[in-house]
Amino acid sequence: MKEIVVISGKGGTGKTSLTASFAMLGGNEVVVADCDVDAADMHLLMQPVVKTEEDFFSGYTAEINSEKCIKCGRCAAICRFDAIDIAESGYEISAINCEGCGYCARICPVEAITMVEENVGKLYISATKASNVMVHARLKSGADNSGKLVARVKKEAKQIAEETGKAWIIVDGSPGIGCPVVSSLSGADFVVLVTEPSVSGLHDLKRVYELVNRFHIPAGCIINKADINPDVARQILVYLQENKITHLSDLPYDETFTAAMTIGQTIVEYDTGRLAELLSASWIKIKQILSKEQT
Amino acid sequence: MKIAFTAKGTGWDSAIDPRLGRTEYILLYDEEKDELSAIDNREIEGVAHGAGTKTAQMLFEMNPDILITGNGPGNNAALVLKQTSMKIYVGAGEMTVKTAYDAYKKHELKEF
Amino acid sequence: MKIAIASGKGGTGKTTLSTNLAMYLAEQYPVVLIDLDVEEPNSGLFIHGMLIHQQDMFKMIPEWDKAACTLCGKCQEVCNYHSVMKLGSMVMVFPELCHSCHACSELCPAQALPMQAVKMGELKQYETGKLSFVESRLDIGQEQAVPLIANTLDYVEKNFATNYLKLYDAPPGTSCPVIKATQEADLVILITEPTPFGLHDLKLAIETMRELHKDFVAVVNRFGIGNNEVFHYCESESIQVLAKLPNDRRIAELYSKGELVYPQHQEFAEQLKVIAQYITRMQERHL
Repeated sequence: MKEIVVISGKGGTGKTSLTASFAMLGGNEVVVADCDVDAADMHLLMQPVVKTEEDFFSGYTAEINSEKCIKCGRCAAICRFDAIDIAESGYEISAINCEGCGYCARICPVEAITMVEENVGKLYISATKASNVMVHARLKSGADNSGKLVARVKKEAKQIAEETGKAWIIVDGSPGIGCPVVSSLSGADFVVLVTEPSVSGLHDLKRVYELVNRFHIPAGCIINKADINPDVARQILVYLQENKITHLSDLPYDETFTAAMTIGQTIVEYDTGRLAELLSASWIKIKQILSKEQT
Repeated sequence: MKIAFTAKGTGWDSAIDPRLGRTEYILLYDEEKDELSAIDNREIEGVAHGAGTKTAQMLFEMNPDILITGNGPGNNAALVLKQTSMKIYVGAGEMTVKTAYDAYKKHELKEF
Repeated sequence: MKIAIASGKGGTGKTTLSTNLAMYLAEQYPVVLIDLDVEEPNSGLFIHGMLIHQQDMFKMIPEWDKAACTLCGKCQEVCNYHSVMKLGSMVMVFPELCHSCHACSELCPAQALPMQAVKMGELKQYETGKLSFVESRLDIGQEQAVPLIANTLDYVEKNFATNYLKLYDAPPGTSCPVIKATQEADLVILITEPTPFGLHDLKLAIETMRELHKDFVAVVNRFGIGNNEVFHYCESESIQVLAKLPNDRRIAELYSKGELVYPQHQEFAEQLKVIAQYITRMQERHL
C-alpha cells in the first residue's frame, strides 16, 4: 500500500479539485483522507455518506473551579498567553488564548485548576460516490488543527486500506509549512506538489518543498494554470529539474475547475476532454513511479 | 547485537510502521539471546505535539545497536538519536519485521 | 485604526486585495500594510519598496545549564509539549516544539534552565515613498506561527503612530494564527469566491468572527464564476457584501507577474474604490 499526499503551500491552486479527481480515478482501489482540516472542502466534491462519526479531542485547556479558587492571582501572573481573566467576580479562562501548557494548574496552591482535554471537532468515516472510503474531519471554529488530528485521519485511512486490501491512500494535505503539514507528510511515499506559475506560486512551492525535502520523500509537480505566465512557468520547470522533482503535468487556465465544483462534481466527471485526459495521464504516471520504486 | 524495529504489531510477521514518532510498537531483537520483545507505544496517539521526540527518548533509553524503520526520524528525533551510537536503517516501510531483518542482514537497507 | 483582511479558504485573493488596497489608500493618508501570513508571506512580491529595517525575530526558550542541573527530571515532567527531555545525564531542549510557557524554567529547583531568546523568523520593513510595509517570515522547521504574529503586532504598535491605518494581511484558515491576526482588528474584511468551496470556508470564517465578536464585512472576488449562493447566504445572514471584484484572466496574469491590478484594470479599480471609501469613512470616524 502506498500513500500519496497532495500539497500546495499556496491556496487556490486547485489542490482539492485535483485530489478529488485522483480519488475518483482511483475508485475502489483507493482510500481517501482529507487532512486539509482547516478548510476541509473535499466532501463538497465527493459527497460522502457518513458511516461512523466520533468526537475528537486534541490538546488541553485549563478550567478553573470557582468554588476552590482563592483569587490569589498566581495563575495570571505566570500565564504567558494572557489566558486568565482576573475579574473581581471570579477568574475565567479564555479558551481561545489558552495554549494548554498546564503551568497554571501546576502552581495553583489550592488545585482549583484542572486541564481538560479539548473537544476540537468530529472525525468521520464515509462512503463516497467513487465507491471508496473517505476519512475526514471537521474542526470547530477557532479550534487548532494539530499534527494529532492529521495523524489520526491518516491512521484511520491506513487501517481501512490494510483491512480491505487497497493499494493506494490519497491524502489532501494541509496548507502552510507548520505542524499539520509536517504530520501530513509523515509516512508518505510520494508527494504531489500543486502550484501555479505566479510569483507567489513559485515562492510558496520553494518553501514547502524545502520541508518535503527534509523527509526524503520523492515528489512530482503539477503546474496548474500553466499558460497564465510562461516566464514563471519556465522558472518552475528549472526549479523542478534542479531538485529532481518529476514534472507530472501542465494544466491550462480553465474555468472548468469552478464549473465542475459548482455542481458538486470532480473534474474528471464533468469534463471528458483535454483536462480529464491530462489528469488520467498524471494519475497513471504517479502509479507507475510508485510501482517502479517497489521493485 | 540488539536491533530495534518500529512496528505495527508485536511479532516477526508484523508490518514495519514507517513512522518513527507515531509508531505503534517498538520491537527489540536480541541476537545473542535470540529473543524478540515488544514495547507498546500506542499511547503516542494521544500526544498532540512532539511525538517524534517522545518516541526517540524511549529508543534512547532502550539503546539498541541498530534501528530499522521506514521513513527515518524527523529533525528533532534525529537530534535525540544522535546522542547514541545507534545506527539507523530506513526504507523498510513496506516490509514485515522478518523481511526487514533479512534485508538488513543482506545489506539491502539504506543507512539514514 | 486596524483592519484585517482574512479568508477561510486560501487563494481567494487575500493578498491581491491587501496589496492593492494598501497602495491605493496610501495615496490619501498614512498606511502600513503588515503581512501576517508568516508561513507563506506573499505581499512583498507585490510591494516594491526600499528596505529600511530588518531584524531577527525571537522567541524565548529554555537553555540548559549543565553545571547547575541536578538531573531531577522536573523540567520534562512539567513540559506538555515534549520539548524538554532528560536523556541519560543530559537535558535536551527542542526549540521548535517549545511554546515559551516558561514552566520548566521557573519550576526548575536548580535554576538550570534560564530562558534565552532564539531566532524563529525575520521581520523586514519597507517604504515605497507613500506606503509602509512590514512582513515577517517564519523560519522553515518552526511549527508555530502565533508567537511570531504576536511579536510582529507588537513591533507595529511600537513603531507606527495611531494616525496610521494598519492593514493586516491575515493567514488563511480559522485556527490560532488567524485568531491572533484578527484579535485586535476594528474590522475584518472576509474575502471569498462565489463557489461552493468559497461559501463553505466563508461560513467557517464567519463562525469564527462571530465567536470573537468581530465586526466584519465580505468582499466577493472573481465575481462572475460559480453561482449566486454566496450572495444568498450573505443576504440571509444580513452580512454586507462590500464589493465584487471581477473575474478576469487578465487579473490572474497581472497577479502572476507580481503586479498591482488597479492601475491597469478599470473595473477592479472601481470596486477597490468602493472598499477604500468605506474604510476612509470609518477612519474619519475613528480619528
